[in-house]
Amino acid sequence: MLALAATPALAKSSGTILLQERCATCHDLKGPAAVTLSALRMRKGPDLFYAGNKYRAGWLVRWLEKPTRIRPAGMFYLDHIKPGPKRDVIDTTTLTPHLALNAGDAVSAAEALMGLKANGKLLGTKPFIPGPSPMGEMTFDKFYGCTACHEIEPEFGGLSGPEVYTAGRRLTPEFMLSFIRDPQAWNPKGLMPNKHVPEANIPKLVNFLIELAKKDWK
Amino acid sequence: MRGLGIVFIAMAILAGPRAAAETAKNNYNAYCVQCHGLRGNGMGLNTDEMSVQPRDHSDAKSMSGRSDKELFKVIKEGGLAISKSVLMPAWKDVLSDDEINDLVGFLRDVCKCTHGN
Repeated sequence: MLALAATPALAKSSGTILLQERCATCHDLKGPAAVTLSALRMRKGPDLFYAGNKYRAGWLVRWLEKPTRIRPAGMFYLDHIKPGPKRDVIDTTTLTPHLALNAGDAVSAAEALMGLKANGKLLGTKPFIPGPSPMGEMTFDKFYGCTACHEIEPEFGGLSGPEVYTAGRRLTPEFMLSFIRDPQAWNPKGLMPNKHVPEANIPKLVNFLIELAKKDWK
Repeated sequence: MRGLGIVFIAMAILAGPRAAAETAKNNYNAYCVQCHGLRGNGMGLNTDEMSVQPRDHSDAKSMSGRSDKELFKVIKEGGLAISKSVLMPAWKDVLSDDEINDLVGFLRDVCKCTHGN
């Protein structure tokens, strides 16, 4: 009994150690968010000190085992572009793949990440109830111009921001809602501008992203 | 007085982390280059599928047609504020008025122009 009772604590502990040893070089596990551009640019991966409020646990495990690139131009696009014949292009020689974890480590790391719960107050208390997304793509693309920086399908959309066609798989709806409402509350120097989307329209965007992620992209 | 001090401290905590002021060049590189390009010519990384091409900041003829006040407004409030594209976002939540004024000056250096010249 004693051994069984101790197992979760041990698993969490090993995950936390794993995060510190293998993730902390590139990710901020403690916060707060960068308040200068130079600090922002030093980050080689997304802040993880609020990972437990941002990511879906199941997706984290799968992705840590088989990571794929989510940000076409890397964490900070300026470090990974060069002038092209017509327009700036990604300098793929500067991009490095994310390390992959074995199945056990992926579970441990994801469990530890889900325990990092900073900024919880930004999420509010009401769980998001998914619904239809009428004119979701039009709202996302035409009304708010989000495709300027984000791909809404592979190879369609801007490249400086993370792809959004998988956002609904990766991110909790409550995080998406909060981040669209006030990106600077999460990341004051981040590249995502506040589009001042009316409160009634934010769930439409979130529902669009949830529906979009259900397609068989990859 | 003590109560007032506590209120100020509470407000500071609730306001979250405060972003520091940056140079115009650093702000341009971070927020503008993604669309306006490393060369400021409107051919940034994001422009391949854009329905409206970003402004060419190196085009003195075009840029001299905009007043400093209009440039300030479009950076602060976005393209729609001057009847231009929604693809140009409002940066007022990231940049202070002083930083935006510095950016307007930076744009005048890039275009080597002033309003009307």
